[in-house]
Amino acid sequence: MIKTLTGNYAVAEAAKLARIKVTSAYPITPQTTIVEKLSEMIEKGELEAKMIRVESEHSALAATLGAAAAGSRAFTATASHGLLYMHEVLWWTASARIPVVMAVAARAIGAPWNIHVEHSDVVDQRDTGWIIGIAQENQEVLDMTIQAFRISEDPRVYLPVIVGLDGFILTHTVAPVNVPDQKDVDNWLPPRRQPYVITPESKIAMGNMTSDDDYYMMRYSIQVGQEAAKKVIEEVDQSYGKAFGRYYGGLVECYRCDDADYVMVLMGSWAGDAKEAVKILREKGINAGIARIRFIRPWPAEILREKLYNKKGVLVFDRSISFGNAGQLFTELSSTLYGMTNIRGVIAGLGGVDVLPEDFANEMIDFVNKVEENGKVYDPIKWLFPAKYRNVKIEEVVS
Amino acid sequence: MTQENSTLIIKDAETYFVVPISRPDFGSSGKTGSWRTERPVVNEEKCTKCLYCWLYCPEDTILRREDDMVYVDYDYCKGCGICAAVCPVNAIEMVPEVKRGEN
Repeated sequence: MIKTLTGNYAVAEAAKLARIKVTSAYPITPQTTIVEKLSEMIEKGELEAKMIRVESEHSALAATLGAAAAGSRAFTATASHGLLYMHEVLWWTASARIPVVMAVAARAIGAPWNIHVEHSDVVDQRDTGWIIGIAQENQEVLDMTIQAFRISEDPRVYLPVIVGLDGFILTHTVAPVNVPDQKDVDNWLPPRRQPYVITPESKIAMGNMTSDDDYYMMRYSIQVGQEAAKKVIEEVDQSYGKAFGRYYGGLVECYRCDDADYVMVLMGSWAGDAKEAVKILREKGINAGIARIRFIRPWPAEILREKLYNKKGVLVFDRSISFGNAGQLFTELSSTLYGMTNIRGVIAGLGGVDVLPEDFANEMIDFVNKVEENGKVYDPIKWLFPAKYRNVKIEEVVS
Repeated sequence: MTQENSTLIIKDAETYFVVPISRPDFGSSGKTGSWRTERPVVNEEKCTKCLYCWLYCPEDTILRREDDMVYVDYDYCKGCGICAAVCPVNAIEMVPEVKRGEN
């Protein structure tokens, strides 16, 4: 059934369709309406689940992990400062190998306070062992959330999953979303599976001290799970496509990239604007395409190498930055494509600054010109300042 | 703790799967009561069977009879004294295991 939903309501519908049993969360903009909606569904009797109220995000994920370890399909959601406060428990959850799904409404991080879209909060969780996806639009938000439960609970993976959705651009913007029937989701999503269940009778202690050698091997095991997830995510997306008619390309969505000479690499909602830019560029005679990263963990290195090794150039757009180096997608991609092709990283859209299709197109034209002039380009950072500062000398901005 | 119980391992051609769980057995660290320097002694005449000590004992070594009178499992009680501290009627006394100067 087609419904008009915000991205947040699409997440809530998906969690309901997955028949979550427990949810625990702490309000934070722009995530709040996800759990508000879930709370409403529980109150109306549409969703048979327990809502655990807590005093912080650190506790929210701890409660979710506890419920999941006890055998429940559990879900939480957060954003920005909340996600950073939760950070320690993200490590515990992944290391416990307990399947959990969490939505993250991607948002900038203070200071100064800013509630608009940026990917710094999500990208900051790269090294925790979680599987991390980022959707482009509301339909994908719903589909990725349902898929996330199956990926997380696959015995080859058994790792928690983040579903990222851009703050406000998706979370608070209404769009038509095809919501599957409950019985179809019940048929497609297997019953809950997990490596162990903690009950009062089971006499299991999780996470107590072990030898350094065993600790090391557990770290190795997480990497094995991440590697297996590459295959599982592709399988799950294909299976979902057969069942519901929507397949997104697994780890990477290739938009007109196969015949392209130049490819933009980016993730999140602004990929929609970049697709518009591809149309503009193709009209101008530049064969552009897009490799949209759907999952940054596991990092789709093999696919990106296969798709991009013979391109004339790759232009990466980061909506976050690792201060002192460059954008995180750039650093990941430049190591994946080491020496294979020309590459430039653009830092844009921080704190929700608008980036228009023409901006993507102009950046690409600038990159193509440099490649054709120089033959060899390796530019870790090019700043795309907000429009009002673009033609101002940096000295004037500072004063 | 018995080391062979410290991890769950599923190993085959495709997966190497280890989780950080342990399944501690009763007494797998030996009789920890030997660590004790003071022993809690319950005065059954003063005890009101409120069960505070039974609730608060971090080692689960305050045991409970059918009539709710409590007694101490001295094999595993480490003598922390929490039971004596929480008892509202001072019915638990901490008695030194070895009298000062005896050794």
